[in-house]
Amino acid sequence: MTSQTSAEYEKYYVPEKSRLALCATAGLILSIYGASGIMNDMTFGDPDEATNSWSIFLFGMFFFAATLFSWFRTAIRENIAGLNSAQLKKSYVLGMFWFIFSEVMFFFAFFGALFYVRNLAGPWLGGEGDGGRMNGLLWPSFDFAWPMMQTPQEAVGGATTQVIANNGSFTSAHTSMSFADAHVWWHWLPLWNTLVLLTSSVTCHIAHLGILKGDKKKFNLWLGITVALGMIFVYLQIMEYYEAYNEFGLTLNSGIYGSTFFMLTGFHGFHVFMGMTMLLIQLLRSVIGKQFTATDHFGFEASSWYWHFVDVVWVFLFLFVYIL
Amino acid sequence: MGDHHHGPAKGLTRWLFTTNHKDIGTMYLWFSFAMFLLGGFFAMIIRAELFQPGMQLIEPAFFNQMTTLHGLIMVFGAIMPSFVGLANWLIPMMIGAPDMALPRMNNWSFWILPPAFLLLASTLFMEGGAPAAGWTFYAPLSTTYAGPSVTYFIFCIHVLGLSSIMGSINIIATVMNMRAPGMTYMKMPLFVWTWLITAFLLVAVMPVLAGAVTMMLMDVHFGTSFFSAAGGGDPVLFQHIFWFFGHPEVYIIILPAFGVVSQIIPAFSRKPLFGYDSMVYATASIAFLSFIVWAHHMYTVGMPVAGELFFMYATMLIAVPTGVKVFNWISTMWRGALSFETPMLFSIGFIILFTIGGFTGLMLSIAPADFQYHDSYFVVAHFHYVMVAGAVFSMTAAIYFWLPKWCGRMYNETMGKTHFWISFIGFNLAFFPQHFVGLAGMPRRIPDYALQFADFNMMSSIGAFIYGASQILFLYNVIATIVAGDPVSDEKVWDGAEGLEWTLPTPAPYHTFETPPLVR
Repeated sequence: MTSQTSAEYEKYYVPEKSRLALCATAGLILSIYGASGIMNDMTFGDPDEATNSWSIFLFGMFFFAATLFSWFRTAIRENIAGLNSAQLKKSYVLGMFWFIFSEVMFFFAFFGALFYVRNLAGPWLGGEGDGGRMNGLLWPSFDFAWPMMQTPQEAVGGATTQVIANNGSFTSAHTSMSFADAHVWWHWLPLWNTLVLLTSSVTCHIAHLGILKGDKKKFNLWLGITVALGMIFVYLQIMEYYEAYNEFGLTLNSGIYGSTFFMLTGFHGFHVFMGMTMLLIQLLRSVIGKQFTATDHFGFEASSWYWHFVDVVWVFLFLFVYIL
Repeated sequence: MGDHHHGPAKGLTRWLFTTNHKDIGTMYLWFSFAMFLLGGFFAMIIRAELFQPGMQLIEPAFFNQMTTLHGLIMVFGAIMPSFVGLANWLIPMMIGAPDMALPRMNNWSFWILPPAFLLLASTLFMEGGAPAAGWTFYAPLSTTYAGPSVTYFIFCIHVLGLSSIMGSINIIATVMNMRAPGMTYMKMPLFVWTWLITAFLLVAVMPVLAGAVTMMLMDVHFGTSFFSAAGGGDPVLFQHIFWFFGHPEVYIIILPAFGVVSQIIPAFSRKPLFGYDSMVYATASIAFLSFIVWAHHMYTVGMPVAGELFFMYATMLIAVPTGVKVFNWISTMWRGALSFETPMLFSIGFIILFTIGGFTGLMLSIAPADFQYHDSYFVVAHFHYVMVAGAVFSMTAAIYFWLPKWCGRMYNETMGKTHFWISFIGFNLAFFPQHFVGLAGMPRRIPDYALQFADFNMMSSIGAFIYGASQILFLYNVIATIVAGDPVSDEKVWDGAEGLEWTLPTPAPYHTFETPPLVR
């Protein structure tokens, strides 16, 4: 069946043993141990009792970040040293593709929750359908609408008058984030956010076209613009959260509307921040490290795929969270 | 550096810092076996309490912690990592690759598992005890009524998910990119095929589980109301998201087991696998269907009738590709030159018992009938026939089948056959009576039960102790083989075995296929 022949096979580089995985493990586990402690202190703990959860968490995160930095530096140096065969480069491409696919599925869970609540569970809570009969008894006078400006709890008179499953108080906002609630269209931040992010995807593509032709100047310029647009997006998102909390009364406690709004936009914002950081690192590699050529720029390419991915997620967010 | 054939490094750092797929596979296998014994120990506590009716040994709250940890550790700590370990050992050898595609990440996927499980198990000693909401941790048990341990549990799930996703990405990249010249997709051994599809399922659903536990975390600590009707959410939403992960998860567990059996049956029938193409398509069909059947775990939760019907018919469809597989295994044996070494015994045991588990699954898929069976011991019996006699039996078969190849020593055949017969009898004694008590109405996850279930429960407990004890024999046999088994040097340890891994020297060298072989 086989014979061990291969004249021109370019060896697949298998790295020697490495400390990276173990250091990354230590950082990750310390981080989650610290994070769990912080949250438990907050919810179950005695406020007068001092704990070291924050120190463990911050030390873990720092160690984790430092390890990742070292890990990527090692991978980049291996590539520059010419260790990576074409076949190995394809492994990185596949790895990045399937990583982005896993991210898509993560957002899918939150979008699924949104659709389920808006189309099924919400109307049932409002008393619709066969399943709604019991809910009509439990939450009398609750009418379902989206955005949900009154929680079932408020409909029955607040947490104190709620009969079953009392697990906190959920108070709604007086103004939603939808276009209908915006005073004038140019005060509606999501529109500006959409413009900024869509533009940044175009500028990112222009940078890509630049590096494909080997035009480093064009590449640096348009990549820089992309990173700046990413920063503007994150800034606008922070402003929007500030507005939601301080002017609209929309918080994480505002029932399912606040929950889905902040979790979807929050995770998206976090991913934009990650993508922006990735692109910034590519910019620094290009400007300071003088790296990347027309044929060898996978670090940038992978980051740009990630950037287009967060852009597409935003389009869906804009459609289903803000408009429809 | 790395140019010539060299052996492993010396000492502990060989294991801590390794990038070698065989080392990492070995660590996965030993870790999962340790978890198998720990989860099995919890099962023994459960069965000891259920030996007689009445409260005997432990408190009900602790009983709940035991059922929860038993399920979590067996699913996430024992079965899943064991098949990842097998994939690490075998996929590069089966497709003619020098190693996994991303070796350092491979090591990381493994090393985050032990501390995560240590953290999870340590919650047993925390104030309030370990999570006790069942391995499915339904809201609001796991949110409104959660203690501090649920926070650690949530982050552990995140870490396990990260490990699975990285491991799967590695497997997908290896299979898609590292096949030897001539090894087309339709020439790949079926074990590789089933793992490729499994890895795809893992990348698709582990992030969904991460999303579910993240919502739990927010509900517990940050005042959101995903799973609280008072805020407009819905506890049933948790079940939908969980089972959107959970149903593909059971195929994640069983598909590699299908792959293993599809390697072993032909070897001991001395015939090629019957219907190779249909096996591949059946695997893909099962994977596709697994995404659209999740709510058959929730028939009694109050879904609209249209939903019940859709999920019922979609679930029944799965019997078709699964039937194709069972048919093909039996047809492979038909008129073969059969011999019954231990791996073959476990594989045949797998086919018989997995088919029983499949049939009870078909019974459970019927929505109106499920209203009676739901959350009863019938369900417990059903999924243990699939998980234990399915996944664990095939894993055991795999160890007996490939261990001689890995370490160049033969296990003790008599002891292996004894292990099979004791586990076969113990397993059936433990779980077959559970069908009866379940149909008669005994609910699952309770520490005490009505008197009429006493006899069958005692049988069940005795069977469970026998099955548990037989694993000690297995452990002894494996260690004895590695330390002092009879040396084997034939490349083909089994005369009927086919595939690239059997063209390598025995024991398999530390580095293999550094230049890929040519496959014709």
